[in-house]
Amino acid sequence: MKKRYMSIWFPTLLTDWIRIKRPALKALPLVFSDKEGNRMVITATSNEASGQGIQNGMPLADARAILPELEVIENQLHRAPKILRALGAWCIRYSPLVGIEQSDGLILDISGCAHLWGGEREYLREIVNRLRSSGYYVRAAIADTMGTAWAISRYGRISPIIKTGEEVNALLPLPPMALRLDQQVSQKLIKLGLSTVGSFITMPRSALRRRIGNQAMERIEQAVGQKEESFVPIQVPEPYSERLASMEPIRTRKGIELAIEKLLSELCKKLNKDGMGLRIATLQSFRVDGKILRSEIGTNSPSANVQHLFKLFELKIDQIEPKMGIELFTMEAEKVEELNPIQEAIWQSLQSMQDRQVSELLDRIAGKVGTAAIQRFLPQPYHWPERSIIKVASLKDPLPLPWRTDRLRPVQLLKVPEHIQVTAPIPDYPPMVFRYQGLTHQIKKADGPERIEREWWLDEGEHRDYYQVEDEHGKRYWLFRSGHYSSEKTSGWFIHGFFA
Amino acid sequence: MAESKQVIIDRLQQQILKIQGFKSGSQGQTIDFGLGGMTASFPNHIFPTAAIHEFLGTNLEDAAATGGFISALLAPLMRNGGPCLWISTSGKIFPPSLTPFGISPDRIIFIDLQKEKDVLWATEEALKCESLAAVITEIDEISFAQSRRLQLVIEKSRVTSFIIRKHAEKLSSTTAVARWKISSLPSEPVEGMPGLGFPRWAVELLKVKNGLTGRWTMEYSSGQFHPIQEEPEYIQETRKAV
Repeated sequence: MKKRYMSIWFPTLLTDWIRIKRPALKALPLVFSDKEGNRMVITATSNEASGQGIQNGMPLADARAILPELEVIENQLHRAPKILRALGAWCIRYSPLVGIEQSDGLILDISGCAHLWGGEREYLREIVNRLRSSGYYVRAAIADTMGTAWAISRYGRISPIIKTGEEVNALLPLPPMALRLDQQVSQKLIKLGLSTVGSFITMPRSALRRRIGNQAMERIEQAVGQKEESFVPIQVPEPYSERLASMEPIRTRKGIELAIEKLLSELCKKLNKDGMGLRIATLQSFRVDGKILRSEIGTNSPSANVQHLFKLFELKIDQIEPKMGIELFTMEAEKVEELNPIQEAIWQSLQSMQDRQVSELLDRIAGKVGTAAIQRFLPQPYHWPERSIIKVASLKDPLPLPWRTDRLRPVQLLKVPEHIQVTAPIPDYPPMVFRYQGLTHQIKKADGPERIEREWWLDEGEHRDYYQVEDEHGKRYWLFRSGHYSSEKTSGWFIHGFFA
Repeated sequence: MAESKQVIIDRLQQQILKIQGFKSGSQGQTIDFGLGGMTASFPNHIFPTAAIHEFLGTNLEDAAATGGFISALLAPLMRNGGPCLWISTSGKIFPPSLTPFGISPDRIIFIDLQKEKDVLWATEEALKCESLAAVITEIDEISFAQSRRLQLVIEKSRVTSFIIRKHAEKLSSTTAVARWKISSLPSEPVEGMPGLGFPRWAVELLKVKNGLTGRWTMEYSSGQFHPIQEEPEYIQETRKAV
C-alpha cells in the first residue's frame, strides 16, 4: 500500500511550552540556556529573540550583550523529549502511528487516515490549527516519504502537501540541509556552489557517493523514495485494538454507550475470528481539551462476548467525564488468551454454561467493587480454626482435601476471639457462668475440652481448650481457655463462635 | 363425607390461588426439603422456590441458627449442580461449619462488601444469573420497592433468594413469600450421652403469603430435619401483628 507521511515541526517547542505554562512571558524575548562544558549556551530561542540576532549555540553572555532584557530559563532542555512525547500521544487521535523525529518534530504515518477528516488539506489544516491555537507554533507537511515531508515542513515555501511522484520536483529548490544531511556534508556542498538540491541530485550516483559518503546518499535515496524508511511509534498499536472517531464531540452517556458497543463488537469479531478471548481491555477516551481518560476492565476467564464485556464497561461509564466532549475512543485488548469457541458451541453442556454465566456475574461484581470482595474457601490441613480454611480467587481450584466432618464448628465465627469473664469450678471443667457483652449466660450443658495446639512451626503462643456450651435459653457458644490452668495467674477465657 | 369435603376445600383453595395470581415455585418437579408437616403451611403444600424468603436475624446467636437452617435448605437446592452466592457486609460465616448441613462449602461463593448499597446491587445482579442455586443476602434494611425489584428479577430467572434482615426493629413489608424467624432451643441430649445434643431450633413462620403462620420445633441430625411435632403451635400475638 502506498504510504503517506506527515511531518510536524515545532521550531520553538520549548519557548512555546513555557509560554503556555507562564503566560506572563508572552511577547518577551526568551531563551533557554544549558551548560555546555564550562559555559552557558543558548539551546532554544523564541522568535522575538532570534529576530534580534540571537541564535542557538551562542554563549549566553553574548546574547545578554545583544539584548540585556533577555528572559533566560536555565537547565530545562531535558524537558523537550517529554513534551514531544506528550504532544505525540495527543496526535494519536489523528493516526495510530506517531513517532518522534529528532528533538523538535513528530512524524505521523497517515496512510488511510486523512479521508476521515475530508482530505489531506483539511487534515493538515485541522492539526496545525489545533496545535497553533493551543500555543505551539508548528509547520507541517505531507508527502510520500518521511524525508520529503521532513524537508518540506522545515524548508518548504510553496505547498505543504506533496503529491505522489512530485517529491523530487518539490525538493529541487531546497537547500542541501533539507535532505537531513550532516552539517559538514551540507556545508561542503554549499562551498562547492551546490546550494540547492536541484544542483546535485541529477549528478551520477557513483560520483556523488564518492564525494559525500554513503550515509548522505542513503538520506537522499530515502527522501526521493528509492529506499524504505521506518520509525518507532511512541505507542505500538496492540494487535487487537479498535478506534472510533466521532464527527461531533460526544457528551452524553448514550453516546459513550454506543461508542463502546461499536468498538466491542468490532473487537470481538476480530477475537472470534482468531479464537481468542480477552482478559484485560482498556478504553481510552480522548477529550477535546486534550486529556486522555483510561478505563480498564478485567475478566475471570477469556471472553469475546460483546454483551458481557459491555456490561463490564457499563459500570465504568460513570467515571468517564466528557466535559467538553470526547472526540475519539480507542479500545485495546491488552491481554488475550485462547478461547475454545467451537467446542463451546457443540458441547453447550449444562456445566460449562453455568460456569460461564457465573464467571460473567463475578466479573461484573469484581468490576464494580473489586476482586477482593469475591471469596471462595477451601480447606487446609490445619487444625487451628483461623488457618483451617484458605481464601482462593479462582472458581476452578479443585478441593485439595475433603472437608472435615468429625468436629462440629460454629456457623458464625468471630474474626478475633473476644475476652469473656467466666466462673469455672475446677481446672479443665467448662465454666458454669460467663459474661459476654454485658449479659450473663448460665451454662446448662457443655462438651469439651477439645484441645487445639498451636502449630509451633508457624507461630508461637498458648494452646486453646475449646468447649461447646449451651446456656439456659438454648443458645450454643464456642468458648476456649487460652493455655493451661494455673493457680498463679487467672487464665484467659474467650468466646470464638456461635453454633447453629 | 368428611373426605370429600376436604377434597372440595382443597380444590377451591387451588382456584383461589390461581385467581390471586400465585405461581407455583417449580413447575412439575418439587424439591423435598424434609420439613415434614410444616410444608402444609405453604400454598399448594409446596415449599416455594424461585421466591424471596426473609429471615429475621438480629443477634449473632440467631444469625448462627438462621445460617444453619438456611444451609440445611440449600442442600437440596444445590443438588442440581449450581453454586450459590452468599452476599454480606460482615462475612462472619465460618465455611467448614456448613458441612454437617449437607453442603460442600467450596461451592459457596462469598461476596464480602463494604457498603449496604452494593449488597442490594450485587443481590440483584446475582439473582439475574440462572445458573445459581440460590442467593443468600445479609442486609440491614430492605424496602418494599427494593424487594419488588428483586421479585421481578426472580420471576425471570427462577432463582431462590434468602434474605437475612439484621435490623428487625422497623420491619417494612416486602414481597417475600415468607417471613421466618429461627432461634436456638435447648438441645435434647442423645440417650445416655452427656453434653450437647443435635441442633434444635424454634422455627417460626411469621408471615406466609397465601398460607398459614405457625411455630415448630425442629431438630437437625444426620443430614435431615426432624420435626418434633407435626402440628404447629400457633402464636397468637404474632398472628395479630401480621
